[in-house]
Amino acid sequence: MSRPASLQEASSATADDAVVEARDVHYTIDGRAIFTGLDFRARRGLITAVMGPSGTGKTTLLRLITGQLFADGGEVLVFGHDIANLTRAEIYAARSRMGMLFQNGALLSDIDVFENVAFPVREHTDLPESVIRKLVLTKLEAVGLRGAADLMPSELSGGMARRVALARAIVMDPEVLLYDEPFVGLDPISMGVILRLIKQMNKVLGITSIVVSHDVKELATIADQSYLLSGGRVVASGTPQELARSDSETVRQFMTGSEEGPVRFHYPAPDYASQLLGSEEE
Amino acid sequence: MSNGVRDSMVVEGLRKTGVTGIFLGRLLLACVPALGRPRLISAQIYNAGARSLIIIMLSGLFTGMVLGLQGYELLRRFGSEEALGAAAAISLVKELGPVLTALLFAGRAGTALTSEIGLMRATDQLTAMEVMAVDPMRYVAAPRFLGGVIAMPLLAAIYSIVGIFGAQLIGVQQMGVDRGVFWTQMQGAVGLHDVVEGIVKSLVFGAVLSLIAVNEGYQSQPTAEGVALATTRTVVASSVLTLLLDYVLTAAFL
Repeated sequence: MSRPASLQEASSATADDAVVEARDVHYTIDGRAIFTGLDFRARRGLITAVMGPSGTGKTTLLRLITGQLFADGGEVLVFGHDIANLTRAEIYAARSRMGMLFQNGALLSDIDVFENVAFPVREHTDLPESVIRKLVLTKLEAVGLRGAADLMPSELSGGMARRVALARAIVMDPEVLLYDEPFVGLDPISMGVILRLIKQMNKVLGITSIVVSHDVKELATIADQSYLLSGGRVVASGTPQELARSDSETVRQFMTGSEEGPVRFHYPAPDYASQLLGSEEE
Repeated sequence: MSNGVRDSMVVEGLRKTGVTGIFLGRLLLACVPALGRPRLISAQIYNAGARSLIIIMLSGLFTGMVLGLQGYELLRRFGSEEALGAAAAISLVKELGPVLTALLFAGRAGTALTSEIGLMRATDQLTAMEVMAVDPMRYVAAPRFLGGVIAMPLLAAIYSIVGIFGAQLIGVQQMGVDRGVFWTQMQGAVGLHDVVEGIVKSLVFGAVLSLIAVNEGYQSQPTAEGVALATTRTVVASSVLTLLLDYVLTAAFL
């Protein structure tokens, strides 16, 4: 991992400085257990990857971190405070220190790219128009879309929309950036750009990043720390390299994308042969 | 219908009423800060009001023309065609204006509100606002609700004015009712209380229909089918409630 020396020092000096931490989190939705004792830490200034098969609650974890959902048991600590014990105003204050990149960008469809990026600034500050303009153009330049400022979200490609959303997520200079499946449905060039941007945001701005994804190869190139979720809890954690060397069958199945292993490909069903050969009444 | 099905329908009905009640409370609370954002509200008055103008004016014109024809035929039997102006104006200002505007509003602006908010939910726009520490109730729901409440009486007034013009067009221009008598009878018969009744009705319809449209959009399932169902519910609930409330309000004003 080629981090700049100053940031390396900062990282090691604050190795236990968890910005976001989940302790023994239990969460159930409609009778289905999503988390059954989840433990997770995202340290300041690092990129933490949360991986796992679809439906393991990766997005739910982000919702717990942002206080949109609350754990049934255990605690989710954000900036050192249990988010469940905060008032609505305090949750909003915590959220204003975070940025989130949604899977589809989630840009506001009735305003143009410039206004989308300016939106949080206008809502939370009284900065003069000239300052807002410079701020927004700076962030759009960082994602390479200064020239697209006047376009409407419907005129953007998937990759462009995600980059605009990233500009919007960083416009208030957040301490933590949450990425929800940032690589889904992107062409190789857009994916490369997003990967580079995530790395850049972390490296240049020192933003703590939590990336939720199932794209193992992509995450391995940028993550400092990885967590693999399965069955409602963390089944493995470590650097991507450590995970790749793991002896665990679950980890190996996920890292190699194999159909065979503890995570079943087939949804539970009655016996195949008897269902095909049996009478229709059965 | 089995007892179980009936019970679950009652529970579901109560649950929905409760959810709507809580939503109304949150919406009214959010209206206070939203009033400080006149630009957001005026944009919604434009969306719900100005964009419905053509359909409202066309419907008003034809309703007035039908009133002119039917009213003239009926009044002629009693030899009192001169009362056409009064009859058309009273029916438009007190009943047809507010009620038909509300029904058209439900179909035009109500469905647009529900599907817009539903799609905002389906595409995570509302969640994104929450994560950006911006309350969507304040930014999305309250301005749309207030826009509807303000737009409805304005639309109803325009409906009635164009309707009266339509009745005059048929009664005076085509059927030959004396122009002076037409307007004088109207002036004498329509009192302030009639206008107040029309305004109160359209304000109530505006509040109820906007609440239904915004609430359905907000509570819709974030899928294509969910948004479609929510839009249908908006039209059905709005139409039935408009007619029901019209009866209640008419009875209250008598």
